[in-house]
Amino acid sequence: MTNFRTAVMQLERPGDPSVFGEDVRSAAAELVARYPAGQQRSALLPMLHLVQSEQGHVSPDGIAFCADFLGLTKAQVVAVVTFYTMFKRRPTGEYLVSVCTNTLCALMGGDEIYRSLSKTLGVGTDETTPDGMITLEHAECLAACDYAPVVTVNYEFFDNQSVESAEQLVAALRRGERPLPTRGAPLCSFKEIERQIAGFVDERPESLDAEATGTPTEIGVRLAIERGEGAPSYAVSRDGEPADPPEGKR
Amino acid sequence: MPLTPVLTKRFGTNQPWKIANYEGLDGYAALRKALTMQPNEVISVVKDATVRGRGGAGFPAGMKWQFIPQGDGKPHYVVVNADESEPGTCRDVPLMMNDPHSVLEGVIIACYAVRAEHAFIYIRGEAVHAIRRMTRAVREAYERGYLGKDVLGRGVAVDVTVHGGAGAYICGEETALLDSLEGKRGQPRLKPPFPATNGLYDSPTVVNNVGSLASVPYIVLGGADWFRAMGPEGSPGPNVYQLSGRIGQPGQYEAPMGTTLRELLDLAGGMSRGKELKFWTPGGASTPLFTRQHLDVPLDFDSVVKAGSINGTSAIMVFDEDDSVVHAVWKWTKFYEHESCGKCTPCREGTYWAAQILERILTGRGRPEDIDTLLDLGDNILGRAFCALGDGAVSPIASSIEYFRDEYEALVREPVGATA
Repeated sequence: MTNFRTAVMQLERPGDPSVFGEDVRSAAAELVARYPAGQQRSALLPMLHLVQSEQGHVSPDGIAFCADFLGLTKAQVVAVVTFYTMFKRRPTGEYLVSVCTNTLCALMGGDEIYRSLSKTLGVGTDETTPDGMITLEHAECLAACDYAPVVTVNYEFFDNQSVESAEQLVAALRRGERPLPTRGAPLCSFKEIERQIAGFVDERPESLDAEATGTPTEIGVRLAIERGEGAPSYAVSRDGEPADPPEGKR
Repeated sequence: MPLTPVLTKRFGTNQPWKIANYEGLDGYAALRKALTMQPNEVISVVKDATVRGRGGAGFPAGMKWQFIPQGDGKPHYVVVNADESEPGTCRDVPLMMNDPHSVLEGVIIACYAVRAEHAFIYIRGEAVHAIRRMTRAVREAYERGYLGKDVLGRGVAVDVTVHGGAGAYICGEETALLDSLEGKRGQPRLKPPFPATNGLYDSPTVVNNVGSLASVPYIVLGGADWFRAMGPEGSPGPNVYQLSGRIGQPGQYEAPMGTTLRELLDLAGGMSRGKELKFWTPGGASTPLFTRQHLDVPLDFDSVVKAGSINGTSAIMVFDEDDSVVHAVWKWTKFYEHESCGKCTPCREGTYWAAQILERILTGRGRPEDIDTLLDLGDNILGRAFCALGDGAVSPIASSIEYFRDEYEALVREPVGATA
């Protein structure tokens, strides 16, 4: 298996920072401004997400752009790119489908899901279907173990998957449909989600209202209410006003 | 033990991530109260509460705050470790997705206490909906005057930057996180010096986990004694146990520190397949495995150590008698191999070779001496690496051999070769 971290980056050409227009430069400047003066290097990870949002992967152009903009050498930038799993070295599909195959999800069905999708799509991990629609990867623990087994599409959660539901999900994506995530905002493209991770979060009303909960998230608090249990209460006062009675839980 | 929802209490209420709804449920009352106190008083309350780091190390958060040198003329920083990626752990991501303001309120109070004017929330890159919610929460907080150059008109300046990571488990280690936040490869730093004096940009820095900081507003409102009324003396407070695996109802169960797995399984509807419990993690993959004999161990920082493991992140992954422990350990070892940052030889090479030996055993090519080789390999990683990742990698291997050596021996003797 390819070791993501040590595999040599294919820098087949020097890279041309000028392929990124004024809009990308101003977005990069906005990212740099979020860190203290003189600490512009802190913007490197967000900027790599930004160039990835333009090209679908971190190309020699993206490396040259980040190096130029932040006053780093290209070697310094490449060292960072090769360290992190989310920076892709090859063009990524419209949808990045990540199947958690860490132990818990794997044993609950994640390994079967991955094998099935890999066979259906005819690609292995970090590979893209010829139509450019789907990039498949097996992912490490995605912090949704109470919804195992879990698949994400462009990092939005599709919880409690089975081989059948995951196959249906991928088939729908290939038909150009966008099934709603179980938890998270409605799907967008890989490039669009990379721009959000860079730090430019979407303002779609449906994203602001998107649910992020489910039975596993709420089960403890629901049971506590049913059983009449709770933490000891305390009085809350607001700005010198008399203390309110202990608040109810819902 | 009763359930005691505190951090999780707004889950399931009407869109708690929106600031008006949060304010309607006591939101930002703790910040208002904290701003009427002296910063050192705030540190004292948090210190007296003994809130031990929910990220897994269990170091008291108040002590970290107190270690920040004051009057040193340097900028101070608060950095939130929201890089949740320990296998089994699923507390911080749902918390940020559902109740981001409670985390943010804790961050602002921490900044006031340690006299930091800039905080960074380093969120795991894959947790895109958490990034979205935290970013929105920060903007709303600016609009309402909870952030900015003059917080609530009290002359205190606090800015917050949400920073997305890029997929590297090691960045949950606090010094690796700081290097990553500085735009470098996320590799751990040599300690000392500790972040309290030489942290972000070589300045005094508090690095706290999401769960620790989200506890702060409640401690400020309820007081240290309220917090300590739950759980044991040395390791108090409400704790979010995250249950997953072969159980009836996986999920987030917030109960006092010191709750046992037997009690939690009762709440979670027992085992799911009618099979017996075989092995489980008390606090994520990096904590030595427990078995049926540990059902009554109080799950708090001190008691779990006495019983031979670590409380970690309270991520309880439950496996039953149909699950192969060797297969599970091999999968975890592959994870550590992938996530080892490569800085230290024992961890980088050790995880690589351990994965191969386990694979050999699982594919019917194992040798009787492999079991002792694995233990010997573990001895050469444990305590010999910069950070806890190497130690964590040894945990499942050594503990599984301790409790299930016969299963390894059976595989070596009678190769089955079906799983790997």
